[in-house]
Amino acid sequence: MALSNVLEPAVSGFNFENSTRNIVLENGSEEGKIKAPKPMKTGTTIAGVVYKDGVVLGADTRATSEEVVADKMCAKIHYIAPNIYCCGAGTAADTEKTTDMLSSNLTIFSMNSGRNPRVVMAVNILQDMLFRYRGMIGAHLILGGVDCTGSHLYTVGPYGSMDKVPYLAMGSGKLPALGILEDRFKGNMDLEEAKALVSDAIHAGIMSDLGSGNNIDLCVITKEGVDYIRPHRESLYNYKRQAKYKYKPGTTPVLTKTVNQLELVHETVQMMETAGSS
Amino acid sequence: MISARAYGDNGKMKEYHYTGPVEHKFSPYAFNGGTVLAVAGEDFALVASDTRLSEGYSIHSRDSPKCYKLTDTTVIGCSGFHGDCLTLTKIIEARLKMYKHSNNKSMTSGAIAAMLSTILYGKRFFPYYVYNIIGGLDEEGRGAVYSFDPVGSYQRDTYKAGGSASAMLQPLLDNQIGFKNMENVEQLPLTLEKAVQLVKDVFISAAERDVYTGDALKICIITKEGIREEIVPLRKD
Repeated sequence: MALSNVLEPAVSGFNFENSTRNIVLENGSEEGKIKAPKPMKTGTTIAGVVYKDGVVLGADTRATSEEVVADKMCAKIHYIAPNIYCCGAGTAADTEKTTDMLSSNLTIFSMNSGRNPRVVMAVNILQDMLFRYRGMIGAHLILGGVDCTGSHLYTVGPYGSMDKVPYLAMGSGKLPALGILEDRFKGNMDLEEAKALVSDAIHAGIMSDLGSGNNIDLCVITKEGVDYIRPHRESLYNYKRQAKYKYKPGTTPVLTKTVNQLELVHETVQMMETAGSS
Repeated sequence: MISARAYGDNGKMKEYHYTGPVEHKFSPYAFNGGTVLAVAGEDFALVASDTRLSEGYSIHSRDSPKCYKLTDTTVIGCSGFHGDCLTLTKIIEARLKMYKHSNNKSMTSGAIAAMLSTILYGKRFFPYYVYNIIGGLDEEGRGAVYSFDPVGSYQRDTYKAGGSASAMLQPLLDNQIGFKNMENVEQLPLTLEKAVQLVKDVFISAAERDVYTGDALKICIITKEGIREEIVPLRKD
């Protein structure tokens, strides 16, 4: 089956061939009802703020698969370019792949033109792609960066909508985070104030929203460079277990044991032309 | 946000046609989360629950314990739909009072379990959306745990977990209390101290991975001296 993917190039765009089959499987007989596997969502709180010298982005680190925490330390602030970072909420796979693709495109542009990409370029490429897929790609993104025209903060929605604002929050915990941002945001803050504001906004999201939790990551982007602080604030809840749950060898029964001695039969050395080999 | 369905192939908006009455479903149930756990020992029983009440991705309350004291020797833990939990416990308490007035004695754990089974099956075709676990001392003073499904099927167990994190806790209890899947292990009887420590550790783990479990843990310890409560903080995020 894998061979067919090599011989014929994959058709681009989404393939809806299996949708009728899926409907039949899900609505089948009562006993045979099969549930479609649910993709992992990030159930997140992400926020961003423009301050005097640049942009501060923040995110929590919990990824949930419905009610179970799938990852306690996932990275939601993705690298796009040396001067542009992106926070992603929504379906985890979609945010990862979209930001990876955007990053590759911008790297190619940088190499072609010899310039650092501008934040508007990243936003336009994202908008194009997400609109073309009609909202099927569940990526809610906050883009922040500093380029030759200044510091910018944008949000791009899954249907391709875009908004340029000085402060933002997205994800399932956006309402509590936005409450903190609306209360304390002012223009031209200095660095420590901006970091404290974003950190408190994410903390509000973590406490009030069940889909967000664990640690807080921050990313400070300025003209001089990027400071990726992971984690900025660790979770306060490190309850230690009272007992040790270790098993002595022999607890799991050994049913059979076969030992295969591997013999060294023949040794060959092949030189490869790789750059950097001495 | 513009819906693609409103536009036709030529780019103009489609004409609006009334498609007929649309059925909107109202669900009489909600899922309020929460995990309950009960363990029976030689001369004690434990009923533990977390205290978080949630709905969807929001928290309604951080201090809503799910264990309810019924008599001096019995505690019930109810998780699921909070509205049905409250009504069911009201009904059980009323029936306990009626029994006490008619028979001049308190109901025993086994009797409460049998009565609860009939109360639940009485609503077989519009069930109480509650997962119940009763923990207490039986007539001989030994620990007893009775676990129920929403329509009244029950059995007596040594230990049982119910609620949202039950699938995570039950295998751990099977291993540590039931000594399942282990060999060459000394099978010591469960002491009260070890049981309490196990319950605390197990809830810390559940709060790490289940979003509906957290905030605080309330343990009701039932011995012949009476019922004692312990409250332990859990993750609040």
